[in-house]
Amino acid sequence: MKRREFVQLAGLGIGGMLVSVPMMGNPIPVEALLDSPLDALQKRQLADVALTTAKSMSASYADIRIGRYLNQFISTRENKVQNIANTESFGAGIRVIVNGTWGFASTNTVTTEGIRKATQQAVAIAKANSKFQKEPVKLAPVKGYGEVTWKTPIEKNAFEVPVSEKTDLLLKANAAALQNGANFVSSNLFQVNEQKYFASTEGSYIDQDIHRIWPTFSITAIDKATNTFKTRQALSAPMGMGYEYMIPKAFDKLHGPADVMLYKNSYDMVEDATLAAQQAKAMLTAKSVEPGKYSVVLEPNHLGLTIHESVGHPLELDRVLGYEANYAGTSFATLDKWKTGKFNYGSKLVNIFADKTQPGSLGAVGYDDEGVQCKRWDLIKDGVLVNYQAIRDQVHILGQNESHGCCYAQSWSDVQFQRMANISLAPGKDPYSINDMIKDVEKGIYIAGRGSYSIDQQRYNFQFGGTVFYEIKNGAIGSMLNDVAYQSNTQEFWNSCTKICDEKDYRLFGSFFDGKGQPSQVSAVSHGSSTTRFDGINVINTGRTL
Amino acid sequence: MAIFSKEEAKKILEKVIAYSKADACEVNLNGTNGGNIRYARNSVSTAGENSDVTLVVQSNFGKKSGVATINEFDEASLEKVVRRSEELAKLAPENPEFMDPLPQQTYGESKTYFESTAKITPEYRAQAAANSINPAIAKDVTSAGYLEDNYSFASMMNTKGLFAYNQSTGVNFTVTMRSNDGTGSGWVTRSSNDVSKLDTAEASKIAIDKALQSRNAKAIEPGKYTVILEPAASAELIRNMLFAMNARQADEGRSFLSKKGGGSKIGEKIMDERVTIYTDPYNLDVPASPWSGDGQARKKMDIIKNGTVANMFYDRYWASQKNVASVPFPGNAIMEGGNASLEDLIKDTKKGILVTRFWYIRPVDPQTQLYTGLTRDATFFVENGKVKHPVKNFRFNESPVIMLNNVETLGKQVRVDVDGGPGGGASFLIPYMKLRDFTFTSLSDAV
Repeated sequence: MKRREFVQLAGLGIGGMLVSVPMMGNPIPVEALLDSPLDALQKRQLADVALTTAKSMSASYADIRIGRYLNQFISTRENKVQNIANTESFGAGIRVIVNGTWGFASTNTVTTEGIRKATQQAVAIAKANSKFQKEPVKLAPVKGYGEVTWKTPIEKNAFEVPVSEKTDLLLKANAAALQNGANFVSSNLFQVNEQKYFASTEGSYIDQDIHRIWPTFSITAIDKATNTFKTRQALSAPMGMGYEYMIPKAFDKLHGPADVMLYKNSYDMVEDATLAAQQAKAMLTAKSVEPGKYSVVLEPNHLGLTIHESVGHPLELDRVLGYEANYAGTSFATLDKWKTGKFNYGSKLVNIFADKTQPGSLGAVGYDDEGVQCKRWDLIKDGVLVNYQAIRDQVHILGQNESHGCCYAQSWSDVQFQRMANISLAPGKDPYSINDMIKDVEKGIYIAGRGSYSIDQQRYNFQFGGTVFYEIKNGAIGSMLNDVAYQSNTQEFWNSCTKICDEKDYRLFGSFFDGKGQPSQVSAVSHGSSTTRFDGINVINTGRTL
Repeated sequence: MAIFSKEEAKKILEKVIAYSKADACEVNLNGTNGGNIRYARNSVSTAGENSDVTLVVQSNFGKKSGVATINEFDEASLEKVVRRSEELAKLAPENPEFMDPLPQQTYGESKTYFESTAKITPEYRAQAAANSINPAIAKDVTSAGYLEDNYSFASMMNTKGLFAYNQSTGVNFTVTMRSNDGTGSGWVTRSSNDVSKLDTAEASKIAIDKALQSRNAKAIEPGKYTVILEPAASAELIRNMLFAMNARQADEGRSFLSKKGGGSKIGEKIMDERVTIYTDPYNLDVPASPWSGDGQARKKMDIIKNGTVANMFYDRYWASQKNVASVPFPGNAIMEGGNASLEDLIKDTKKGILVTRFWYIRPVDPQTQLYTGLTRDATFFVENGKVKHPVKNFRFNESPVIMLNNVETLGKQVRVDVDGGPGGGASFLIPYMKLRDFTFTSLSDAV
């Protein structure tokens, strides 16, 4: 599903939803979510049609992805179930190199004939584009893995859980919110299953079964007398997990400052909705922030988005090289800075790594969409920029001979390209708790959850809001604040990092809808971190009067 | 072939409706032929074509709805999709906000289709890209651009006798030109339903000139400035404000148009009286479909009239609750302007900032419609009626409502399509505008 379609789904009533839903795929009966239309042998036979056809037409390389993308989306509002959509999208995408040039074509006719035709089309496109080719494709070597499989290590397949159990949970969360002072509440549950079969002329036949889940809500409290409304979003994270994420476990809960509850690998939606309603109500009368310089203590479900925008994107090699110049932009983290081997991205405490294998993360897969086994690698080590994110046809530019394994396409019908891996801030080495972040701060703000976010096209200047804000005064948490946003410059910000909690506080933030490319594609990605402190950050007041 | 004529579409839709055994049935049949070309580093990077046609059937039993889709049109497939939607409807929970399908409506003809665009070929796209890349190479700048076109049709029918059909075409072009010393960047966008109006060489020249003129920008202090906004800069902010003019949210107390004590600000003056924004699907510069996705007829209608909220958007359910006529979401918006050219606006400015475009616009506070974002791709300092020098990019925090209270001059209108334009967004006719006290809150080093 594309990001714009999600916005339509989230923002419209049922009429709009019904029109939008087929864009995710074709609606199917709920039982069909557990069907499997093709077995591994059938997929291998179909894949071989593409590979042999391409080779017979002088392709130097070919790959095929046979994909079945399943979604279930449940939406509710107050005491009503608004929509339950079960959708499927099924087809194959074939990519070839001819005359040193890429060609791609896709088909939803997953038959010998359909795949042969699409392969021929991909070859024809490669030949046509090769006339404009100035830089022939150079692929880093990759091992042929033979027949292998990988599955998200889920405990409970969300599609096997009865729909009524899920709607009951959402409606229970809504009821808790309304009982605790919310005027409006809408809640959603997204469940995704990507069944992807990849084969290439390198000798790999890779069958993967990938699961993701995202419960979320939006709770609004209103004071009509003063004409004020405040919204508190869920503090859940989209995860690469099964329904086990929806079953709260005491050991996954963390008591944050004030009355904030934080969640690791399972989520208590009813508890969060209860607190959200109370907090939204409290926001109606909370004091407005005094602008100025503050120490900001950032909770992982907030910091994840800051990492995403200020580290994840600028270190995508295609952006650095200018391929995204007309859309998302380029990057301040240019190759000449990296080559010095001493570009100070952040303070010595800052260690940021990319990892496509992290359990529970949205980006975790066994192999990427061009058949490269996934791994972990360093991007920033002790504050210094050491690497980028690159795929098979890019790593030679860095003088490296192994792809990082971060190639992805949003569906079988889109061509795969370099996408952001899970990018995470390593926990601190000293045994610090959240309280240790706060206790020596004279004037600061604790920020939890994601909010408004904006960054320039080279990733220097950014502004972030959050979900909830609390004042820190003389080492103690104070009252709730409103109208908070911080503005900084990426390099200055990461160099002002002074304290990081240890691994006990480490958690994942996630986004289902990271957008890139023209035509635009989305991908799902997680960012891990522990609560972290940044000193001397410029905080502005966003309150206005109309 | 993804395009069905009116007669072909009607025939298929009638067959589908004939299979229905539900209390009500509504069918949408839509198709698109699209193509695109993308280039970067002065070389084509990707090019593609796509074609898709989808039949969406919504069946209802009482207030229960089920939807199924298919892209095959033989008799057996058509019956199958109807049965599947009926099965899903029987299993669905009741939707208390369900509205019965509309009876036949009266629609006008909107000039959304142009044969020139429907006939775009891969060779045309390659030439359009070459016409942008070659002048860039000649001027020692680097181009990155994207051209996307589509030819589509939309049709619908229901068991109450409604039938609607429309064909449209569109092309959207954007290009970024960057000086090879990395200190200057220019950009341009063009959208039209008629590709014969698109000249990628002419557009690219503007972006090249901006890239060269914006080199070595100087930093000036952020703060409140008089700004001259090109239409591409203000369009997204105005679009965002219009999209937030949903009557239900205002009535519920969670909109910038909610009123103290309850109710909405409809009929109230909220901005400068020179601001008039209306929708008109039949406007020849920004033609839109004469019907909305659920079959409601769109008509010419004021949204903001002389600074006053004239109309808000009511979906059919909320309109029935409030006992008012429903107001469908518009397919375009036109903001009235004046005769002043960009040069005239510059000539009359003592001190100000000229903005090509804004980027990464995100909501900060829905209560006040406050947005943040940054200037991008050529920002200039204007003094004593002249463009003096390029300036570094700024971050802004501003509300379109406050901005349209601070109008100095409205100039000539230009078409801007927001969100990828044809097929993906909406078309706007927006004037060049000079505004006072626009709030820039910090500087960016980005070029």
